[in-house]
Amino acid sequence: MMSFMKGRVLVVDDDTALAEMLGIVLRGEGFEPSFVADGDKALAAFRETKPDLVLLDLMLPGRDGIEVCRLIRAESGVPIVMLTAKSDTVDVVVGLESGADDYIVKPFKPKELVARIRARLRRSEEPAPEQLTIGDLVIDVAGHSVKRDGQSIALTPLEFDLLVALARKPWQVFTREVLLEQVWGYRHAADTRLVNVHVQRLRSKVEKDPERPEIVVTVRGVGYKAGPS
Amino acid sequence: MSGDSAASASGGPGTRPGRPVGRAAAGARFRRLFEGGLLQGGVQGSPVLRLFLRWVRRPLLPVMRLWRRNIQLRVVATTLLMSLGVVLLLGFVVIGQVRNGLLDAKVKASQSQATGGFAVAKQKADEAASGTGAGGGAGTGDGAATADGRQSQNVIQWMSDLVESLSSGGAGAFDVVTLPVGDDSGGGRSPRGSGNVNPTSSVPVDLRERVNSGTTAVQSNTRIVYFGGKESQPGLVIGKQVNDPNGRPYELYYLFPLTQEEKSLSLVKGTLATAGLFVVVLLGAIAWLVVRQVVTPVRMAAGIAERLSAGRLQERMKVTGEDDIARLGEAFNKMAQNLQVKIQQMEDLSRMQRRFVSDVSHELRTPLTTVRMAADVIHEAREDFDPVTARSAELLADQLDRFESLLADLLEISRFDAGAAALEAEPIDLREVVRRVVSGAEPLAERKGTHIRVIGDQQPVVAEADARRVERVLRNLVVNAVEHGEGKDVVVRLASAGGAVAVAVRDYGVGLKPGEATRVFSRFWRADPARARTTGGTGLGLSIALEDARLHGGWLQAWGEPGGGSQFRLTLPRTADEPLRGSPIPLEPKDSRRNRGLDAAGLPRGAEEKRATVPVQQPGAQAPTLPPRAPIAPRLSATAPAADPAALPGNGNGARVVPRPTGGARRPGDGPAGRPAPDARQGRPDAAAPEDTTEPGEAFRGR
Repeated sequence: MMSFMKGRVLVVDDDTALAEMLGIVLRGEGFEPSFVADGDKALAAFRETKPDLVLLDLMLPGRDGIEVCRLIRAESGVPIVMLTAKSDTVDVVVGLESGADDYIVKPFKPKELVARIRARLRRSEEPAPEQLTIGDLVIDVAGHSVKRDGQSIALTPLEFDLLVALARKPWQVFTREVLLEQVWGYRHAADTRLVNVHVQRLRSKVEKDPERPEIVVTVRGVGYKAGPS
Repeated sequence: MSGDSAASASGGPGTRPGRPVGRAAAGARFRRLFEGGLLQGGVQGSPVLRLFLRWVRRPLLPVMRLWRRNIQLRVVATTLLMSLGVVLLLGFVVIGQVRNGLLDAKVKASQSQATGGFAVAKQKADEAASGTGAGGGAGTGDGAATADGRQSQNVIQWMSDLVESLSSGGAGAFDVVTLPVGDDSGGGRSPRGSGNVNPTSSVPVDLRERVNSGTTAVQSNTRIVYFGGKESQPGLVIGKQVNDPNGRPYELYYLFPLTQEEKSLSLVKGTLATAGLFVVVLLGAIAWLVVRQVVTPVRMAAGIAERLSAGRLQERMKVTGEDDIARLGEAFNKMAQNLQVKIQQMEDLSRMQRRFVSDVSHELRTPLTTVRMAADVIHEAREDFDPVTARSAELLADQLDRFESLLADLLEISRFDAGAAALEAEPIDLREVVRRVVSGAEPLAERKGTHIRVIGDQQPVVAEADARRVERVLRNLVVNAVEHGEGKDVVVRLASAGGAVAVAVRDYGVGLKPGEATRVFSRFWRADPARARTTGGTGLGLSIALEDARLHGGWLQAWGEPGGGSQFRLTLPRTADEPLRGSPIPLEPKDSRRNRGLDAAGLPRGAEEKRATVPVQQPGAQAPTLPPRAPIAPRLSATAPAADPAALPGNGNGARVVPRPTGGARRPGDGPAGRPAPDARQGRPDAAAPEDTTEPGEAFRGR
């Protein structure tokens, strides 16, 4: 649905100068930015503009970024990239746990930002008719759906990508670095917390017992692999 | 410096891999040094004596510990001992007094009795002698005058009568004994006594001597022995030499049994002993109770103090009454209260500080992001500008980079200062990190014409560490080395031994002046303020690196000599909770000017020994043929990435290192075989001396 309208980015930031600058850069890269400065109005703006991606500042007047992130994630799987001034462990993890797909720490370079946005949007550009099974899950890659016993499970695009990456090569153990490159599009080593948090989120949706995962299995000291199918 | 110095010590064990004895001896030496300090009264002397004393002391140790630790036990035991002493003393005095009182009366009565008896005996003898004796006395008197046999018969009779009559007055209160003087037992003058008394054995010999040596009455204590199975009993004997009717002397003794007195005395003794025992026990119990009253609050205070120091700041003592203990409790509680308030304040401050840093971070970063983006946009478009504006755009972008890194470093430092830095340690292979760092520094090295070489990366060098932080430290060290290396080689050396891993970064640039080795870690310190900054470091890099090392429980140390380059060494414990005891790499490199100078002079050198002897981790790793453009390091080819388990941190007397086998391949054939390992002390002087003079640079200890 979103793949028809590429490049619409909703910027949620209270700093007008930064928002304007973001607008300049995004327009320069061919995106179509829209802006909202207030956390309370963010959700309405989101519903109205139906963006392909949300750039979300964590510190906002009204509702804070974490809350906004949670609300948006509650009704949509649209990619959310957090803008944060805090790279401290807790803030980032809280942001990721509230549903953000990725984060970028201020101050960032325009190219870095654009690369992240493109990496998040890239997924919808490559449809491939393919059916995968992992455990008792059936994954329709082109149809972007995951079903267990005919019941579909709602996943965000990122979680879907993560699951598909694992399911395509069930024999392989993926290190966090490899997953960061394949799913998030990072060339160089980045924050492995991204992987940890999203694996947890994915498990909470697809596992029968998230405490004892059978679909996404941890390989101690190495990384993750798809469970036996 | 110190590294080398200590190395010779380890050279001992290392030299002879086939002889664990050497290592054991060295180990024992170390242990003795340790224990000498630990056990007070560590005995100097022959080992046999020491062993014996230790063997004797061992079973007593728990008791001694209890004695040392338990004040209650000590007080009660002391009270018991002292009151026992007092009671014993008192008992002896009292018994002595009672005995004297009882006996004095008896002795006086006995003496007057005896004196009377002696007078009677004398009078009777006189009467018999003069023939005016009453009754049978007249008859015998005639006989005595005529025939000698008859006379003695009379004396025998007379004596028996005398004993009979003298003792008849006593009726059990005393007995009378006569004994002949000397051996003169003939003529019927045999010993005789009243009331079944055994005359000879009841009278002590020395008393008889005294009686015979004078004519006065003498007395003595004795045991009165009876014939016929009657038990002997203590008594007083008073004797005197008296003449019989014939004028011949004999010994007359009065024996007074002291049974009654003895009974009274033993009754007193028994009473006193019982009372004394009760007193001692009761005093002990009282002491125990009293001490308990004092000790219990003290113990409570100690327990609460321990809990306080463990962080439970709300703990307080219970205060009852107004006595000293209560005052102690109040003072203690006040102290705890103040502590809690202060700590609370500190925590609040720290939280505020962290909060402030976080806020500043956000407040600064948002506008900086805008500026940064704007600058980048301008920078991208600089080709359309006139040269001046274009150059300005470049400067703007460059300086923004610098500003950004400065801000990031400042925030990082303040995070350390606020204690907010957290270690995310997991087992990592340092070779990976080094590889990343070196490849990251390659572009800069190429610009500088420097070649970065890595030694010791044939085996995994694994440690529990925070990869991000270690990488930051090493990046800093390598970039610094390249920057200050003046185009000469930079050598990154890895090693692991014992419980530690180390990475040393060596350059051959300007080096460090004496004293600078510690100052390089100071914030915003610059080696030479006049020197041009080519890459524009923030001046905080090494400070952050040092904090990172500390966070790992590791060391970051520097060595350098003016003109001879420098070496920075990062040592990390292999597991996060293990304390560091040494570093696998000596801080002062073997190709330092001093070491080379020592070599040239042919002096015995710790490092020389070590190189020949220390277990080499990687036989294949050594002797990397030098590229021709590294003339500064002629000895480098000889140096191997030797694991030097005894390479000490900065101050040699800090940590003591017990060498451990590296588990890797030792090379028994290396070095002069069978050469005795240099004793630790022998290697010391030349090696330790520069430590004190701090000549080329000094180590800095991370913690």
